[in-house]
Amino acid sequence: MALLQISEPGQAPNPHERRIAVGIDLGTTHSLVAAVRHGVAECLPDNEGRVILPSVVRYLAGGGRDIGYPAQAALASDPENTIASAKRFMGRSLADVVGADKLPYRFADHAGMLGVLTVAGEKSPVEVSADILATLRYRAEDTFNDDLYGAVITVPAYFDDAQRQATKDAAQLAGIKVLRLINEPTAAAIAYGLDNASEGVYAIYDLGGGTFDISILRLTQGVFEVVATGGDSALGGDDYDHALADWVLAQTGVETVTAADKAALKVAARACKEALTATNNVALHADFTRASIHFDVDKSQFEAATAHLTARTITAVRKALRDARLSVQDVQGVVMVGGSTRMPQVQAAVAQFFGRAPLNNLNPDEVVALGASIQANQLAGNNTAGDLLLLDVIPLSLGVETMGGLVERIVPRNQTIPTAMAQDFTTYKDGQTALAMHVVQGERDLVADCRSLARFELRGIPPMAAGAARIRVTFTVDADGLLNVAAHEQVSGVQADINVKPSYGLGDAQIAQMLQDSFATAEQDIRTRAVVEAQVDADRLLLAIHSALDADADLLDAPERAEIDAAMQALAEGRNSSDAAHIEALSKALAQATESFAAQRMNRGIAHALEGRNIETL
Amino acid sequence: MNLQSNDFELFGLTQKFAQDRAALDARWKDLQREAHPDKFAAQGDAAQRVAMQWSVRINEAYQRLRDPLKRAAYLCELAGSPVNAHSNTAMPAAFLMQQMQWREDLDEARSDAALGALRDNVDAAQRDLLHECATRIDELRDFPAAVQSVRALMFIEKFGHDLDLAFDKLET
Repeated sequence: MALLQISEPGQAPNPHERRIAVGIDLGTTHSLVAAVRHGVAECLPDNEGRVILPSVVRYLAGGGRDIGYPAQAALASDPENTIASAKRFMGRSLADVVGADKLPYRFADHAGMLGVLTVAGEKSPVEVSADILATLRYRAEDTFNDDLYGAVITVPAYFDDAQRQATKDAAQLAGIKVLRLINEPTAAAIAYGLDNASEGVYAIYDLGGGTFDISILRLTQGVFEVVATGGDSALGGDDYDHALADWVLAQTGVETVTAADKAALKVAARACKEALTATNNVALHADFTRASIHFDVDKSQFEAATAHLTARTITAVRKALRDARLSVQDVQGVVMVGGSTRMPQVQAAVAQFFGRAPLNNLNPDEVVALGASIQANQLAGNNTAGDLLLLDVIPLSLGVETMGGLVERIVPRNQTIPTAMAQDFTTYKDGQTALAMHVVQGERDLVADCRSLARFELRGIPPMAAGAARIRVTFTVDADGLLNVAAHEQVSGVQADINVKPSYGLGDAQIAQMLQDSFATAEQDIRTRAVVEAQVDADRLLLAIHSALDADADLLDAPERAEIDAAMQALAEGRNSSDAAHIEALSKALAQATESFAAQRMNRGIAHALEGRNIETL
Repeated sequence: MNLQSNDFELFGLTQKFAQDRAALDARWKDLQREAHPDKFAAQGDAAQRVAMQWSVRINEAYQRLRDPLKRAAYLCELAGSPVNAHSNTAMPAAFLMQQMQWREDLDEARSDAALGALRDNVDAAQRDLLHECATRIDELRDFPAAVQSVRALMFIEKFGHDLDLAFDKLET
């Protein structure tokens, strides 16, 4: 007699239907991948049992590359071609990178994003990140012996649009479907909240290798509502290393000459910093080309040399609390995230400010990846009983340039996403037929002090008197925190839509070229990959519509149902085609045929949410 | 219920100024549980688009309903008395005198304590005006009068923002 299989509550019934979905923490100094296995989130180790992958890629002459530990080992010996902390360069031009002159790299400056010149040619930070992501993808696929369905990738809450877009581009380059970009502190809160069933207001203090984030969250019954977020996307453990290195150089009078000297000093400073978390006195030792340093560093000296950095984080914490309109007393707990929170002076400063000991019971290196994997598992549909909901916010205000180089704010920071906000503008001169829009992100009043995200033009406005045109500019920010802008002249109906991406960051053509070059696809023909992706998307869509019909087919009348059935059949038959464009067109047709069905299902869901609860409307 | 319903209809609430913040927050989360794009992550583009529209609409309504000033202005607008903040800035002399006094205090404040004291004053004035707003809208149904309270609250909000900036400046 055949044994009947019974699945775990809340899990997909057939193990083969489980989709492999992972959480990836793409960090400045190291990266991790985690997945939910047997209902428990855990970080996936490499062949040697290590969960951490150093975020370092070494490019070799002839096109090869080392990723992770072997690359890290070459940091001092081959500094120019060994790229560490690439996250600090994502979506950044050379002028944006503080202390670039102290780094051992040869940079190529571009308007959108800098590049690093290596023996294997120029490398974009996006490519470096893609190499790291692809390594983690292979690790996950080897672990489960199955293809990856998708990933939730974490970014610092304070990342702006360009940095988020660059991260998404890197995932695309690595052949990873991004289920969602989520903020690192939010991911950490998920890991803590679900482990400890916490309720109330929590502060997440996240000091990583290169970034500092503070988020204030309210947790209620599985809903993670971000109330306010703040931080500094250029402040992290690296800065503590630099501050210590600078102080030691000043004390000894020794100077670094070559790129190798700079790299050796950085490695030595980092080792010294890490040793000082456990002992009170350590010697910083580094060999340079013309000299060497051997200098005893006291814990109190290290703390004094870096006190200004710790103070900067506390200032940001105070500001986030003010944005949230909350006081220190309202905070029920403080979660510490990021390896740099291991520094005793950081722990002490946070404890003093909040008047309570911070929470440290999860590994600060792993907590972000673990939280992301829990979210990934739910987004992939593996945990149907899950009721986790993230309500995140946009970290930095979005606006457009107006007369005199001033910023008109359209979406204020800390607004819950997704969101859409509009503002009306008009023409400045009689007969003006075009309008130049400049989209910026930041909190300052002058355009020059904000980050420029995109420029575009709305043309073809019929000539009118100055002030007569009504141009409505709508900013839409999706759940990943990414922006789209549309401009619409209301009198004439002239319209312009832009995806903010192409005018900043990387263009689609550049990404296609990188895909060609990338080792993620070295053995695969680009075209084959496009067909496979189109087929996977088609199957995904068919599956989704099948389950939607199972639940709500009664909403459809006979002609509507027939139209959907016909489109489904066409796609089911057409998916085996070797023409990606054909499959995509059929998928698009099916999506269109189900548009009204989707709207009706949503109405039913909303009505359900309000059902029997309208006590006040009596 | 559809995307064109007004904020109160969308949230299933009575169209009035007095609202229970905890109930409003809970309702917002209930609605987002149904509509958020994350709920439809594995369900294709059409479902994603609809979810995005609804989720955006629910957040828009929530922003307006939870902020007493925006809620009051919205109620006036629904009742046919729009605030027209840009075209009508006439305010009573006594109110303007107080604003000028606050501006002077703000310019002279050099300490956290001085700014804190000013903040307390501003908060108290705001509470009084919100109370006035509630009476004019919910009891008297006098919307033209409520518009006056809303305009005064807008001045106070602007001042509160400048006060925040002063706190920021003091810290850096």
